[in-house]
Amino acid sequence: MTQKPEEPEEREQLQKIRAGDVRTASRLIRNLEDESPEARNAMKRIFPYTGRAHVVGITGSPGAGKSTLVDALIASFRKQRKGVGVLAVDPTSPFTGGAILGDRIRMQRHAEDPGVFVRSLATRGALGGLSKAVGDAVHVMDVMGKELILVETVGTGQQEVEIINHSHTVIVVLVPGMGDEIQAIKAGIMEIADIFVINKADRDGSHQLLNELMAMLNMVPEFPGGWRPPVIRIGNCFDPGPFAESLGELAAAINDHYRSLVETDLLGDRMKRKTMVEIHEALRDAILAPILKEMTESGEMEEIAGRLLRKETDPYTIAEEVARRRLK
Amino acid sequence: MTEKKIRIMVAKPGLDGHDRGARILARCFRDAGFEVIYTGCHQTPEQIAATAIQEDVDLVGLSCLSGAHRYLFPRVVELLKEQGADDIVVIGGGIIPDQDFQTLYDAGIKAIFTPGSPLDTIVRWVRTNIRPRVNL
Repeated sequence: MTQKPEEPEEREQLQKIRAGDVRTASRLIRNLEDESPEARNAMKRIFPYTGRAHVVGITGSPGAGKSTLVDALIASFRKQRKGVGVLAVDPTSPFTGGAILGDRIRMQRHAEDPGVFVRSLATRGALGGLSKAVGDAVHVMDVMGKELILVETVGTGQQEVEIINHSHTVIVVLVPGMGDEIQAIKAGIMEIADIFVINKADRDGSHQLLNELMAMLNMVPEFPGGWRPPVIRIGNCFDPGPFAESLGELAAAINDHYRSLVETDLLGDRMKRKTMVEIHEALRDAILAPILKEMTESGEMEEIAGRLLRKETDPYTIAEEVARRRLK
Repeated sequence: MTEKKIRIMVAKPGLDGHDRGARILARCFRDAGFEVIYTGCHQTPEQIAATAIQEDVDLVGLSCLSGAHRYLFPRVVELLKEQGADDIVVIGGGIIPDQDFQTLYDAGIKAIFTPGSPLDTIVRWVRTNIRPRVNL
């Protein structure tokens, strides 16, 4: 699509976002979630200014303490005078399409701090632990000048690893008592951590979990860029002294990891990973989505479903036919 | 383009820990297909206004059972207005005496639902009166 000449409102929107205006940014994120074409056009103008923020993903099972950790991290990075953006994802009901977005309950003490922008997102059917709009929402916060962007995934199981495509540093939050040592060597979420947190470490079983993680890490022959994921134990948040201390350790590890990515040039790799995902998604939206829409609206999809159920044809033949017909 | 979702914030302003009603309402809005931001108890009007703007909600539902609604509800409306966000609709509920209704309506509260209001009446009110926004 060729560039139209810029409208004054569009220029104003970009300027406001670059100046950190929350209302404009939040509205744009909303329109991105609703997949409005205007929002996509806005992203074309925003994209050139992206790529400055340090994006940190926080993932772990439901109730592991992700939101509480995010709250503590906001406080810690605000002390370093960094602007902080938070994207907190909670699940959408597969039945009604509704959602309860409750992560920010834990973060409300920062609500009035102009240096902090917290935005809740519903997954809206996305399966990887995030929502489809997360990538673009990160860009918007980045262009607002947020130096640190924390992305909190939904409570995850073993397989929701999409966060690696959208962050430079991934924190996997574990709690004691979730399973035996086999869990620690499984594929999936245990492989994506740049930093492990053993949360609620005052509970029984935290030493065992630490040992299992160490044993797992000791089996890795070589870490990319020489970064061995540190394991940080964080205890009860109502025990302020030790909590603050371990939190300081976590904040330092986040900064160290970013420095290590820059020094070893791995930052470029991670950014490329995100770019590849974005172009795949944009192509899907531009090529596949209109075809599906048209086939659904014209009733062709219904008719195909009937033929498939009667075994008159198969999905592979249909796909080849559609490709021949539409992608000329 | 996918459908435009209605986003609603359910908030409890002031010193009031009775949140069963607010939670039931949050759940009921979820079941109606809305996205609900729930912020828990003990929120200041300032926190509520800032959150409503950060979350770009269409509607703020305030629940107050402490008797301080005559200050708290209008204050939220006022703060939203000051921050150029008076397109966000504010409604209220809780223990609100009949004689306070007009004061609250005059202050910009668009609807008031007291104990005993059927949930589907509230949902219907939202569907009739709230249109998710389109413009920039």
